[in-house]
Amino acid sequence: MHPIYPPLKFNTMNFFDMIRNIEKVDPEIYERMDTRRKTMQQFARTGRALALTALPLALGSLFKKAYGRDTASVVGVLQFALTLEYLEAEFYTKGVATAPIPAGPPLAAITTIRDHENAHVTLLKTVITQLGSTPVAKPTFDFSAGNGSNNGPFKDVFTNYALFLAVAQTFEDTGVRAYKGQAGELMENNDILTAALQIHSAEARHASHIRSMRRALLNNTTIKPWITGKDTGGIGAAVQASYNGEDLTTQAGANIVNIGNTGISVAAASEAFDEPLTKDAVLAIVDPFIA
Amino acid sequence: MQKEKWQLPENGSEGFILPQQVGRRKFLTYMGFAASVAGASALLTSCDKDDDDNTGVNLGGGDIGILNYAYALEQLEAAFYTQVIASQYTGISASELALLTDIRDHEVAHREFFRAALAGNAIGSLQVDFSKVDFSSRTSVLNTAKAFEDLGVAAYNGAGKLITTKAYLELAGKIVSVEARHAGYIRDLLSNGSFADNTVVDAQGLDLAKSPAEVLRTASAFLKTKINASNLPTS
Repeated sequence: MHPIYPPLKFNTMNFFDMIRNIEKVDPEIYERMDTRRKTMQQFARTGRALALTALPLALGSLFKKAYGRDTASVVGVLQFALTLEYLEAEFYTKGVATAPIPAGPPLAAITTIRDHENAHVTLLKTVITQLGSTPVAKPTFDFSAGNGSNNGPFKDVFTNYALFLAVAQTFEDTGVRAYKGQAGELMENNDILTAALQIHSAEARHASHIRSMRRALLNNTTIKPWITGKDTGGIGAAVQASYNGEDLTTQAGANIVNIGNTGISVAAASEAFDEPLTKDAVLAIVDPFIA
Repeated sequence: MQKEKWQLPENGSEGFILPQQVGRRKFLTYMGFAASVAGASALLTSCDKDDDDNTGVNLGGGDIGILNYAYALEQLEAAFYTQVIASQYTGISASELALLTDIRDHEVAHREFFRAALAGNAIGSLQVDFSKVDFSSRTSVLNTAKAFEDLGVAAYNGAGKLITTKAYLELAGKIVSVEARHAGYIRDLLSNGSFADNTVVDAQGLDLAKSPAEVLRTASAFLKTKINASNLPTS
């Protein structure tokens, strides 16, 4: 069964040495790879059963499983982001064209945001193409949140200005949380990570402004540029999923409420940190908006 | 599991360990594909708070250095807004007072969080210099606030790629969007609609990102304490 290849430097013994060394740097290596015992067993088996040349390949797939993140997953994140940007871009494009947005500062602001979202679409398509993939196609959207019926809870979104702003707020706050949830997946590519962070904070600026617009329009001082607890800003149950989890007041095990005896309130503790959303949570949130 | 990854070492001596979530780059580095264990040794040697060759407060290196960098900026912002609320500008409206008080509390929360998280690795308290700010003037206060918020956003955006531990990157992400919300609000107070104008968001829809060196050059005008960022990672 022993192959007649020239002796390779790489053999199972080296592997065990190597893995012990990795363990010193990364104590969680076995958790990444399954358990320690399973890993060792698997490699003992692999070492016997496979031709020696196949071992680096097996090792490669194991490390890929442990440390994840290849180009494919970066592209996956970008395709996900592109879908969200399509949603926002079309929403604002349609809004500027058809919604009763007052002329002057309100229309100017929505136009600024529209332009940014369109620019994000263009940028993401370019990067995905540069990475050798084909950008996903733009879905057909239903901004009434009716799953294609165009008769969902937001069916007046392009005729009711206050509702338009409410949906805009939800899209922006959700977008911020969505990018935040994906940043870790982009760590291997500095340029793409930085661009994603730059989009992320631009979305947060949008969210801040839309919230200020709602605060002024509704004359409601409980609506702030930032998110308090998991409050929807008076929009209600239809968008609650976009805010669930935002009420966290501990960070990295530290209780932020009154931290350092500074009198930080529960509200301020939650406002001071925006929380990420998982890809699945975001997809569930946007699902009603996709026909 | 996530929480445990956040436990930072208590001090910079032998108890200092590598962040448990070893990033891919560091892993490859370790594997000898790059410069041996340079990453690890940089971390091990960089947490000395008072390097004698350099004047000023040494932020340290590696992820700890980046966290101290963020802590320094949050100290600056917290001190500024504490002063803003303590000596309110002429003509401040109830709404402005309420939201500026919120911002003060957010910045204090950020500062205290970093202090707690860094524990024995934290730099000391910085001395600020706000002599250029006229706290009785709305324009002076809000222009300074705008500068700080935009700077903070650009600082986090620029430092993200320098972080090797995923959990720290996520933490920075949780804070930077709040800073961007502040920035949008403050800008709108100065000029409605300027929340994301082309001085901060470019034609591609990208907010600014700045390196620590650029950021500290600006921030140093408001700091009596000198900051030594020479051990921070640069790529």
